Amino acid sequence: MSRLKSILDQGEFAVTAECGPPKGADPDVIVKKAALLRGKVDAVNVTDNQTAIVRMSSLAACALLKNQGLDPVLQAVVRDRNRIALQSDILGASALGIRNVLCLSGDHQGFGNQPQAVGVFDLDSIQFLQVVRRMRDQGVILGGEPLSKAPDLFIGAAANPFGDPFNFRVVRLAKKVAAGAEFIQTQCIYNLERFEKWMTMARDRGLTEKVHILGGVTPLKSAGMARYMKNRVAGMDVPDGIIRRMEGAPAKRQAEEGLKICAETIRRLKEMPGVKGVHIMAIEWEERVGELVERAGLLPRPPSPSPVPSHRGRGNPGDRH
Amino acid sequence: MITAEQKPLDEIREMIAPYKRLLVLGCGSCVAECAAGGEKETSMLASTLRMAAKMEGQEKVIREKTLERQCVKEFVLLLDDMIRDYDALLSLGCGAGVQAVADMFPEIPVIPALNTEFLGETKDQGLWVENCLGCGDCMLYHFGGVCPLARCSKHLLNGPCGGSVGGKCEINPEIPCAWQLIIDRLEQHHGLERLESIYPPKDWSKKQGRGPRKIIREDQQR
Repeated sequence: MSRLKSILDQGEFAVTAECGPPKGADPDVIVKKAALLRGKVDAVNVTDNQTAIVRMSSLAACALLKNQGLDPVLQAVVRDRNRIALQSDILGASALGIRNVLCLSGDHQGFGNQPQAVGVFDLDSIQFLQVVRRMRDQGVILGGEPLSKAPDLFIGAAANPFGDPFNFRVVRLAKKVAAGAEFIQTQCIYNLERFEKWMTMARDRGLTEKVHILGGVTPLKSAGMARYMKNRVAGMDVPDGIIRRMEGAPAKRQAEEGLKICAETIRRLKEMPGVKGVHIMAIEWEERVGELVERAGLLPRPPSPSPVPSHRGRGNPGDRH
Repeated sequence: MITAEQKPLDEIREMIAPYKRLLVLGCGSCVAECAAGGEKETSMLASTLRMAAKMEGQEKVIREKTLERQCVKEFVLLLDDMIRDYDALLSLGCGAGVQAVADMFPEIPVIPALNTEFLGETKDQGLWVENCLGCGDCMLYHFGGVCPLARCSKHLLNGPCGGSVGGKCEINPEIPCAWQLIIDRLEQHHGLERLESIYPPKDWSKKQGRGPRKIIREDQQR
């Protein structure tokens, strides 16, 4: 079963990290990243051709992580696959023993290295969530045809509290919860004040009772990266105070300062009512994740739940009830 | 209206190169409104091509004519008594016009002079914007008269995505975020609660499920 789900169900503060697959076919890249993250986090998200750059498929990289004993979270975007392919991949992921999925829209193809590609967007992320939830709980595909076996997946979605219009952000979260999201991983949090406001709105709507919210963080490597995130990444809110702090550190110490800010953010998130965990998106910086988790006071991770007997030949726990 | 833009002159000249007798054929409808293929543009293109041919010492007969519509049979029939004087047609119609003329006179090559762009509106002088995909199942009621399929870069029916900032789209800060427009419009109409429910997946079979679409209206048929 999903380790992430069991950690959250036990009421432990969950820690997830991100693993970007290589721009190539070498499985050792994933094996090495797995070694860096093993024992430091509860589950590992694998990005799906993020920023629309062609990389090893998320599904394949998840299977490789699974073989390394990690609990992968399959990120699946609707940008590149229509409803036939999406549903097919969901079945395939479950068959490979992948137990978590994050249903996303995906970065627009215009940002990446294939700007001439057609953007599929046959379903949107909310419709996709609903489809996956029905596949799992009702054992049917879109349109109602039954599956011979339902997929067994813990279902997640993303939320960006820093996009506009702000008041609608929590409505969209509510729609994702209604569509079937069981956990949420947010966009990188630098503006804690705005995040707290969004969390309050989520609590007021009773959403924190219905869904596990994991706050997203990205450690900054340099002041330049902080400025880039602020000015160039749409929907990213990096307050001037953070930029000044990064600029205030000598160039050689900026990475250290970035990790320090990030650890402080994680500690603040841990105290915030309704926040059930943290999602660390250390972009090509997986080697520092363990240290960051330790600094945030989140090591050691709780032991894995007692092994669950294989589901093979039996009904899924998530099957039609 | 259907919008279009003229192809680069070099591309046009390459396509017409083998032909000696050319009719440059304009269209007085949509492409006239978007200043791409009306009488004026047709006359300008024909003169440019004549001049270019003359400069290079090529013997070409290039004449021009503008039909009221290239996409309606009755108007295309008007070419019947003159078309045999030419060995090719250069059409400034939209893709539908080019094909309607070519279907009527299959023995003569009909060359497109325009790139057909989109269904849109004339927003301002010299500004045309896309706002309809022709999906076959209009949803504008639900979205306050702003189409998320045509105007949201990710075609989200349950938007906005996380990239909407200050009312602008993440793809290009010059593009308004369609979802910001939808929310603002529905707020004005006191209809924001419409967006609380999940809009279901689009039925694309109404657009592309069975090959090219047609409309049959028996009451209009003779």
